[in-house]
Amino acid sequence: MFQPQTFRMSRKNMQKLTDSLHRTVRHFNKNEMEALIRLFYLLMGEPSERPSRNGLDRNKFRNILHNTFEMTDDMIMDRVFRAFDKDNDSYISVTEWIEGLAVFLRGNLDEKIKYCFEVYDLNNDGYITREEMFHLLKNSLLKQPTEEDPDEGVKDLVEITLKKMDHDHDSKVSYDDFQKSVKEETLLLEAFGPCLPDTKNILAFERQAFVQVNEP
Amino acid sequence: MGVTLSRAAQWTTAGFGAGKLEITPLNESLLNDIINYVENFSRKHPQEATFVFREPLEWTTSMNPLVFESGYETSGATVRSIETDKNGRPLLLLSVSTIKVSSFGQLSYLLYVSKDKLKEAQACLEGNRDPIANILGPGFATVEGEDMSSLRLLDKIKQDDSQDAEIKMKIFLLLQQLDMQLLNSSLKLISKEVRTTPATVKNDIDLLKCFSGKEEKMALESIDYTTDYEFSNGCRAPPWRQVHGEICYVIVKPHDTDLVCITCSTSGVFINGGMDPNTEEINYERKGEIYKDLMTLLREISPAFAEIMAQQDLQEAEDVMSVYDDDAVDASEPSPSQRFQEHKEKYGDEKPMQPLVKSQAINKQKLEPSLTWKDLDLSSSPDVKVGRKEEKDYKDNGKYETSKDEEYLKSSSPESKLRANLTSSMSRKGPKRSSEKTEEFSESSSESEEDEEQPEWHQETSTELPSEYWQIQKLVKYLKGGNQTATVIALCSMKDFNLAQETCQLAIRDVGGLDVLINLLDTEEIKCKIGSLKILKEISQNSQIRCSIADLGGLQTMVKILDSPDKDLKSLAAETIGNVAKFRRARRTVRQYGGIKKLVRLLDCVPLRSANLTADQEKDIEVARCGALALWSCSKSTRNKEAMRKARGLPLLARLLKSPHANMLIPVVGILQECASEPTYRLAIKTERMIEDIVQNLSSENEELQKHCACAIFKCAEDAEIRNLVRQYGGLTPLAELLKKSDNKELLAAITGAIWKCSISLENVLKFQEYQVLEILVALLADQPEEVLVNVVGAIAECGQEPSNRTIIRKCGGINPLVNLLSGTNRALLVNVTKAVGACAVEPENMTIIDSLDGVRLLWSLLKNPHPDVQANAAWAICPCIENAKDAGEMVRSFVGGLELIVNLLKSDNNDVLASVCAAITNIAKDEENLAVLTDHGVVLMLSRLAYTTDDKLRRHLAEAIARCCMWGTNRIAFGEARAVAPLVEYLKSSDPDVHRATAQALFQLSADANNCITMHENSVVKLLMDMVGSTDEILQEAAAGCISNIRRLAMANEKARYG
Repeated sequence: MFQPQTFRMSRKNMQKLTDSLHRTVRHFNKNEMEALIRLFYLLMGEPSERPSRNGLDRNKFRNILHNTFEMTDDMIMDRVFRAFDKDNDSYISVTEWIEGLAVFLRGNLDEKIKYCFEVYDLNNDGYITREEMFHLLKNSLLKQPTEEDPDEGVKDLVEITLKKMDHDHDSKVSYDDFQKSVKEETLLLEAFGPCLPDTKNILAFERQAFVQVNEP
Repeated sequence: MGVTLSRAAQWTTAGFGAGKLEITPLNESLLNDIINYVENFSRKHPQEATFVFREPLEWTTSMNPLVFESGYETSGATVRSIETDKNGRPLLLLSVSTIKVSSFGQLSYLLYVSKDKLKEAQACLEGNRDPIANILGPGFATVEGEDMSSLRLLDKIKQDDSQDAEIKMKIFLLLQQLDMQLLNSSLKLISKEVRTTPATVKNDIDLLKCFSGKEEKMALESIDYTTDYEFSNGCRAPPWRQVHGEICYVIVKPHDTDLVCITCSTSGVFINGGMDPNTEEINYERKGEIYKDLMTLLREISPAFAEIMAQQDLQEAEDVMSVYDDDAVDASEPSPSQRFQEHKEKYGDEKPMQPLVKSQAINKQKLEPSLTWKDLDLSSSPDVKVGRKEEKDYKDNGKYETSKDEEYLKSSSPESKLRANLTSSMSRKGPKRSSEKTEEFSESSSESEEDEEQPEWHQETSTELPSEYWQIQKLVKYLKGGNQTATVIALCSMKDFNLAQETCQLAIRDVGGLDVLINLLDTEEIKCKIGSLKILKEISQNSQIRCSIADLGGLQTMVKILDSPDKDLKSLAAETIGNVAKFRRARRTVRQYGGIKKLVRLLDCVPLRSANLTADQEKDIEVARCGALALWSCSKSTRNKEAMRKARGLPLLARLLKSPHANMLIPVVGILQECASEPTYRLAIKTERMIEDIVQNLSSENEELQKHCACAIFKCAEDAEIRNLVRQYGGLTPLAELLKKSDNKELLAAITGAIWKCSISLENVLKFQEYQVLEILVALLADQPEEVLVNVVGAIAECGQEPSNRTIIRKCGGINPLVNLLSGTNRALLVNVTKAVGACAVEPENMTIIDSLDGVRLLWSLLKNPHPDVQANAAWAICPCIENAKDAGEMVRSFVGGLELIVNLLKSDNNDVLASVCAAITNIAKDEENLAVLTDHGVVLMLSRLAYTTDDKLRRHLAEAIARCCMWGTNRIAFGEARAVAPLVEYLKSSDPDVHRATAQALFQLSADANNCITMHENSVVKLLMDMVGSTDEILQEAAAGCISNIRRLAMANEKARYG
C-alpha cells in the first residue's frame, strides 16, 4: 500500500513539515508523524507537492471513517468531518489531518471531551439543545409499531439525558455541563453516538500506518 | 366489591340457594380488608357515611343487643337507632336475631362494637350477595361483562342534579375503588395457590399407600379410594361432583384417630361429611378447613403421622447435606470479628417479618408447602390479628419443630445451635444421635448468614409500588430496545438511582433488568459492558440479586471478561464477582469455570512501591486489588483455597502484602486470614515471610486493616512457630497497644483473639506481662459483647498457665467476673471460662474466693453441658479446686447427685472428657467416704472398661484413678475381676514417662491381690518393671520395685506352701 515511489515530496520539505507539526501537535513522534503525512498524501490520491485542492474532501474522509473505523451513522460522520475541518473550508488539510488524528487516536480525556462536544453541537453555537439531542438520538431506539408516538421514547431519552447533564438547569447542555458530566461518568463521553474509534480499530489503523516506521 | 365477591370469593361448592362463604384464607383476607374499610369509612368519608341505602342490608346476627350504647333505644331483644331516614325508619334495627342496617355510619359503628367482626361481615355478605344493589339500587347490581352502570349514573346525575345523586356517585366510585383493591390483593393470594391436579393427587395417594400398614413405624394404617373406577380424565368423583372441581374421595385410617373421609379437589383437600356405611353414599359437604395437599391435612389431624413424617424429613435433610459435601468442608473456624459480624447481622438489621418468611421458604424447598405457612403471609397485611392467630395455631401442631430443625441446619450462630440441641433433644426419640448430627453440621458450616442463599421473599403486600419502580421499568425498556448510545444513556441514568436501596435492586430484577444487564456482558460493546457491570457491582450487595445473577449465568460471563484486555472492564468484573461469590454455589461456579486461575493472574502487577507510577500502572494495581477482593470472597471455600494455591497465588499475595495502600492490603490480608486454616497456607505464610508484613500493618492507621491483620494472626497463631515469629517481629507491642482502644468492638474482638492465640506460647505470655496486658484483659471482663469476651477469657486462661499471673488475676479482681461467667450459655465462652477458672484455682488463695462464690458448684453443673469440650474443661477445672479447697470431701458430698453424675461421664466417647473425668475422680477419691460412694456407683467397672485405650493422656489419668480407687474395700479384687490388669501392663510399653509412673503406681496397688499378681506375671510384667526400676524417677522406681516385691513375695509364699 505504501510504495515509496508514490511520494514526490522532497525529503527536505517533508522534514520541514514534520518539524513544524511536531512543535504544535502532541501524541505522535516524528516517525509516526511522517508516516501519517505520507498516508495523507496517499489518500489524497494526488501525489504532488503543491496539491491543487486543499486536502481531503468530505467523501474521501467519510470513506476512511467508514472503512477503517467502522463508523456507520451518516450524520455523525459528517460531524466528525466538521470537527476535523477546523477552518470550515470543506477540505481537511494536512495540518487538520494530523491535529485531528492526534485527538482521534490518542487524545486524553480533556481533548476528547472538547472534540465530542464539537461533534454533537450541530449548529456550533456552544450548546447542545433538546432539538440537537433529538436529532442525534432519533435512530437510537428500536421502533415499536405498537406505540402511538414512535418518537416518544426518543423524547423521553432526551429528557433523561438532559436531566443527567444539564447541571445549570437552562434546558441545554453547555460545554461546562458536558465536561462536568463526562468527568463524573466517563461513559457519557460518547453520549449521543459513537464518534471515536474503539481500541481494536485504533490498533488496526496504527499497525497499518506505522508499520514501516516502528519496525524498520 | 361486587366483582370481587362474585368472582374471587370462594363460595361453598356444595349446596345451592343461599350460598355460604367458605372459611378459606383468601376469603378471610377479603373479609378483613372489607371490615377494615368499612370500620374506617365514617371517619374518612363523614358525608357519605350518612347516605341512606336504597334497601337496608339484612342478615342474621349473633350480636348481643346490650353492646349498643348511646344513640340506640334498647327494648328487650330489639334495638333501634335514634338516627332515622327521611321516612322515619331507623337506620339500624335489630330484632331478635335479624338486623337491618341502612347506612355506612351505622355499619361501621356496628363493626366497631361487635365482638366477632369476621363472623358479622361474613353473615352480612352471605345475606346480601350483592350489597351494591342494596346500597345504590338494583340498577347497580353487579353484572358479568362490561359494566355500564357508571355511565348510567352519570346520565342520571345530568338529568336530575339532586344532591343525593352526587353522593351516590361518590359512594359508587369509592366502592369501585375498594373493589379494585380487593381484586388486586386477592389476585396476589390466588396466584400463590397451586391448583392440585388429578395426577398430583394420585401420586400423593400412591406414595402414601406404600407407607401404610399396621406396623407402628408406618405412616398410616390404611388409605383407600372410595371407588375403583377411574374416569379417563384421572378423576374418580362422579361427574356431577367433578363440576365442583372434586377429583376423588379417599378413606384414611391414621394410627391415632378414627377413620376419616377426605375430598380431594382442585382447590385443595378437606374432610367431608363421611360415607354412610349402609348406603355407601358420601356426604359431600365440607366439614373442615381446606388444606393444600393430603400430607398437610394428615399432619394436621394425626400427630402420629406428623411425627413419622418429621423423621423422614430429617433423613432427607441429611441426604441433602451430603450433596453439599464439596463445600461442607468449608470448615474454617469463624474468626472473631467474623463472628461478631454475624451476630450483628443477625440481630442488627433483622426485619420483624424475616424469621417467619424464612421458614416459609424452607418449607417450600421441601416441596411440600403447607397452607398454614401461606397464611402467615397474611400477617404482613394490615390486619395483624389473623396472622397472630395463625401463628398460635401453628405452634400447637407438631410440625413446628421439624421445620425449625431444618432452619438450624442452615444457620450456625451459637444461639441457634443451642436451640437446635434443645429442640432436637426434645422432639426426637433418640436425642443423642440426632443432636450430634445437627451439631456436626452446624459446626462445619462456619459461614455466616450472609453466605447462605437467602430465600426469596415476596414483596410486602403494599398495593402501591414506588415511583422508582416505574422509572426503572422504563429504563430497562430502553436497554432492551436501544442501540449502543441509548443503552449507555439508560445505564448511566439507572446508575443514578440509589442502587444501595433494596426497592431499586429488586425493581431491576422484577422488571427483567437483570437478564438484560447480564446479556449485555456478552456483547462486544465495551461501554455497555462497563455500564452494566457498574450497576451489577452495586446491586449485587443484595443477597437475592446475587442468587439471581448466579442463576442467570452471570458468573460464567464475568469470569470470561477477566481475560479482556480492557483494564477497567477487568477490575469491574472482578469486583462484581467478589460481591456475588458470597455463597457456596457461586464460589463453586467461579472455580468450575476457571475463575480462580484468572483472578490469581490479575494479582500480578508492577512493583507497588515504585514512586511515580504511570496511569496505566495504577490501573494494573486497581485490577490487582479487585482481583484480591474477588479471591477474598472465593477463599471461603476449601477447594478454592486449594485452587488458589495451585495457581501459584501465594507468592503474588506475599508481594501485594508489601503494598502501602490499605485498600489493597485489606483484601489481601482477608484472603490470608481465610486461608490460614489450611496448614499448607500457614507453611507458606512462614516461608514467604508474610508475618513480618502482617505485623507491620497492625500499626496501620486503618482500623479495618488492623482488624484483619489481627484476625490473620488469630488464625495463624495456632502454629507455634508463627507465634514465635509474631514476637520476633515485634507484633506483641502493637497488639498490647491496640487493646486499649476498646470502642471499636470488632477490632477489639480481633485483637483479643490474636492475644489469646499468641499467649499459648509461654515466651509471649512473659512479654505480655511486661505490657501489663493481663490487667487490661481483666478489666475487659466487664461489659463486653460475647464475641470479645470469648477471646478475652481465652487469653486470660492461657496467661493463667503462668503461676505469677494467677495472682495478678486475683489482685485485679478477675475471679469474680470469671466465676459469674460460668453461668452463661455460650459454648465457646464456657470452654474458655472453665479453663480460666481451672487455671486460677491452682492458687490456694484464689480458691478461697472461688469457693466463696460457689464456683465449684457452677463448674460441677457444667458437667451436664451437652458439649464434650465444656464437660472436659469443667472436669479439668474441678481437679485443682478439690485439691485446694478446704474440706473438699464435705463440699463434694454436698452436691446432690454429683458423684453419680461424674461416674456416668465415664460413658462418654470423647477421650479428653474421659481423661479429665479420671483426673477428677483421682482427686475426689482422696476422700475415703467419697471413694465409697463412687464405688457404689460402679466406678470400678466403668474404669476397667476404659483400660484398652491407646491414648496416652487417658492412660495416665486412668492409671492414676485406678491406683487411687484401689484404696477402698475389695476394689483391687474387683479391678482384677473386671480384667483391668492385663491391659495396664501394656501401658508400660508406652513412650510417655508420665504413663509409666501412673501405671507402676496402679500396678503396685493392684499387686496386693494375689490373683492380680498372677495375671501380671502371666503378662510378663516383671521384665518391664525391672526396666522401670532403673529409671531416674524415684516415684516410678519405688512403685515398680514395690510391685516386683509383691509378686516375688507371692511366689515365695507359693513355693513355701508347696515345698515347705
